[in-house]
Amino acid sequence: LSATTCAGSGCLPVFLEGSVFTVAVASSDQHSPITAHSGSHKATDHGSHNNTGKAFPVLDLNYENVRVPFEISLWVLLASLMKLGFHLVPHLSNIVPESCLLIVVGLLVGGIIRGTGETVPPVLDSKLFFYILLPPIILDAGYFLPIRPFMENLGTILIFAVVGTLWNAFFVGGLLYGVCQIGTESSSILSRIGLLQCLLFGSIISAVDPVAVLAVFEEIHINELLHILVFGESLLNDAVTVVLYHLFEEFSGIGSVTLLKGFLGVISFFVVALGGVLVGVLYGILAAFTSRFTSHTRVIEPLFVFLYSYMAYLSAEIFHLSGIMALIACGAVMRPYVEANISHKSHTTIKYFLKMWSSVSETLIFIFLGVATVAGPHDWNWTFVTVTVILCLVARVIGVVGLTFIINKFRIVKLTTKDQFIIAYGGLRGAIAFSLGFLLNKEHFPEREIFLTAIITVIFFTVFVQGMTIKPLVELLAVKKKQEAKRSINEEIHTQFLDHLLTGIEDICGHYGHHHWKDKLNRFNKKYVKKCLIAGERSKEPQLIAFYHKMEMKQAIQLVESGGGIKMPSAVPSTVSMQNIQPRPSTKPAPERAIPQLSKNKEEEIRKILRTNLQRTRQRLRSYNRHTLVADPYEDGLSDLFLKKQKMFQIEKKLKEMNTYLTVPAPPPDSPTMCRARLASDPQAYSIKPASNKVPMIQVDLASPQSPDSVNLLDEFGQANQQEEEEQGLMMKPPSRPREAKKPSEEDEAKDQQRLMRCLSDPGPSADEDEDGAFLP
Amino acid sequence: MVSPVCSKQIGVLHKRFKQLSHNEETLRRDHFNEIDDLAFNPIRAQIIEAFFDRRNFHQNGEGKVQEIGFEEFVVVMSHFRPPSAHMTEEQRGKTRREKLRFLFNMHDTDNDGIITLEEYRHVVEELLSRSGTLEKETAKCIADAAMLEVASISVGHMEPDEFYEGITFEHFLKLLERFEIESRMIIRFLNMDTTTLCK
Repeated sequence: LSATTCAGSGCLPVFLEGSVFTVAVASSDQHSPITAHSGSHKATDHGSHNNTGKAFPVLDLNYENVRVPFEISLWVLLASLMKLGFHLVPHLSNIVPESCLLIVVGLLVGGIIRGTGETVPPVLDSKLFFYILLPPIILDAGYFLPIRPFMENLGTILIFAVVGTLWNAFFVGGLLYGVCQIGTESSSILSRIGLLQCLLFGSIISAVDPVAVLAVFEEIHINELLHILVFGESLLNDAVTVVLYHLFEEFSGIGSVTLLKGFLGVISFFVVALGGVLVGVLYGILAAFTSRFTSHTRVIEPLFVFLYSYMAYLSAEIFHLSGIMALIACGAVMRPYVEANISHKSHTTIKYFLKMWSSVSETLIFIFLGVATVAGPHDWNWTFVTVTVILCLVARVIGVVGLTFIINKFRIVKLTTKDQFIIAYGGLRGAIAFSLGFLLNKEHFPEREIFLTAIITVIFFTVFVQGMTIKPLVELLAVKKKQEAKRSINEEIHTQFLDHLLTGIEDICGHYGHHHWKDKLNRFNKKYVKKCLIAGERSKEPQLIAFYHKMEMKQAIQLVESGGGIKMPSAVPSTVSMQNIQPRPSTKPAPERAIPQLSKNKEEEIRKILRTNLQRTRQRLRSYNRHTLVADPYEDGLSDLFLKKQKMFQIEKKLKEMNTYLTVPAPPPDSPTMCRARLASDPQAYSIKPASNKVPMIQVDLASPQSPDSVNLLDEFGQANQQEEEEQGLMMKPPSRPREAKKPSEEDEAKDQQRLMRCLSDPGPSADEDEDGAFLP
Repeated sequence: MVSPVCSKQIGVLHKRFKQLSHNEETLRRDHFNEIDDLAFNPIRAQIIEAFFDRRNFHQNGEGKVQEIGFEEFVVVMSHFRPPSAHMTEEQRGKTRREKLRFLFNMHDTDNDGIITLEEYRHVVEELLSRSGTLEKETAKCIADAAMLEVASISVGHMEPDEFYEGITFEHFLKLLERFEIESRMIIRFLNMDTTTLCK
């Protein structure tokens, strides 16, 4: 297929999966629909108007209208299919990180385009990159930023980001200038590069790139501290990069530097950084406030999150503030409030959209890097490129080691050598550097091509060499990996407890440390901000309860997904269930219930008495009861333990189930089920005294229907009843035992025991209540 | 034995002690109650009790006292000392045990060596007590869920009829072993001078 040139609109080769398909774009004359097309590509001419007997155009071809969206979709489709493909090829994704593969794909695509003789489109256009491709990635990072480790290490991160980047920029720029001046002949192009240009180049190349870091670190699952250090640094150094870039660009244009300008540069750094954060916070608060009112239009909730964040980014870019910091601040600020307001589905939507967009963006960026490598005007200069690469590495290592030495003086958890190595090695450069280089004005910077080539080389080096080798190095050095276990409720409780404890100790010391201020901020947040930004009742929900509800929700979902198993899923797979601690906690708000306020000593006494008495009965019953002969755990000598536990279990549990018993229907008579049910359904046994909180009560029941092991007891008694009716001693012993354990105020236990003994006959109150003596004075 | 505290820090603490006790020799509970900032703290009572708990003074103490001298004040404070720069694994483990013991003592109010469900519930209730809504029900559920977790981690497999008494100190250690308490339970104030560590 040949490519026909057309007037007006250009032809563009479009690629589908490696096949080359050139479309001839028709000229504007195509708008006349009278011409008949037969599926072949040809240019139309005016002469077709006077066709007679031609058919109505059943099939028409009009590519021009859809060209731009069509191409964009094709690129995105290519990116997504590539992503799919990598994971289908076994072992590939383990050896080579995705970013490398994508760059290779980009190279291939670029090569194909060039191979057909077409000019490669400038896909990594700076506008496209900074306004379309970068924001989703940064928003994804900012929204899901783990706030706690970030804040705890903020000092370290800031020092690496600001001081580290400055050091890198000046070191690389300065030495490069020196090499250019000294190392080469005065006639070569290198010696014409001025100091400011070199410094500008240094500032472009020195920034650690968040996209590359994310792409590589995602796959190595390193521990949280290192991840947040490198990643945080890559995010926060944007402010430094922006300032340095504009500074040196200005200066290069003017050609001279004054001290005042330098001073203004420093001030502008603060303006850029803090201004960006401020813009982000503002939009974040707006978003949180808006989400307060979305309870009736849940469908557009995610849209608000995305729109406000994007607006924050663009607004910051208007004033040349740091857009990345604005985006991070916006996402981080709005998240707690928005999540309290929006529905669960919206939360899922936001999460998945962000992940999807950032994933596609990342893929596209790497592919475009490959294409741009093929396309971009190159000027390979061995000296410049090699010196740059070496200097970048050296600067990074020296910077990290030097800064860590200073930082460790202030840190509690020191950074070890291994940590330093990973931080230094993880300083990857990426597409941001390339785009910034691309933005350079050719007039002011005749050496732009040299710069671009060097930038691309450095990017390739870091992504390929460092990206590929970091995983085996992490394994080799046995760096601590990310802990996979989910956050347990105990840790959450103790985190909160520790926070309050440390705040209290600081107050006692009279020292206003960072716990004190954090606590003040939390209180301010709870008192004023939450009321404003969170709708309704959720504003008062403490964090622990919110965490617990989230966990409950997760477990409920797990339960449903696992097929509705009977056992309650727990964080650690085991067979411990709520039964072992106490019965299923009722989630209904119960009315005042009797809570045993029994001290340990008294409980021990009760247990002892119960144990001895029951044991005596056991020993007697053993030979008579076929149940015990079959499977009697008591025989093993575990009786003490078992009984003790059982008693406590029953004491605790009984109180919970009182309400539920009222609705149990009456079963057929003369069956163990009947006994249990009768016990259960008798309202008299479980009268709930409204003021019972003040009166400590304990109700002892030998066997309660819910415990499966109660079958043994009940059956035994039942059997014993039927078989040994004349043994009055047997019958009397069990009732007397629990009666002794009662507190004087409760008479119902006696009734229970009677009922238990008789099992079927008379559920009414017996006349034995006078035997209730005060057991415990 | 608790780790020694530096002399400069002792000086600062002494000044604070005098300030709190209005220049008396001993501190009592009402001195602590006068600290305004503590008023907002939900676990204030437990923190104050910890100062008067003999178990925190030395290894085998028991019971409570009514007033403490400066020595006991410093001993309690030294539980919050940060780990020194070069600690062997063994020393780190020892520090962790000490700090966790302090926490355990705070939870185990009746001094029987076990945190029962009731005591744990009390802990959670106190934590939530200042949050505005007294959701006793949810506090119970949270404590129950937490207890279940402890039992799962510590005991693993339990028959349906077995009963889990409560959290012993060993279980507590196991529960919080990932918590990195030796680096979290510290007050920087006590770490003013790391380069000149006293022996």
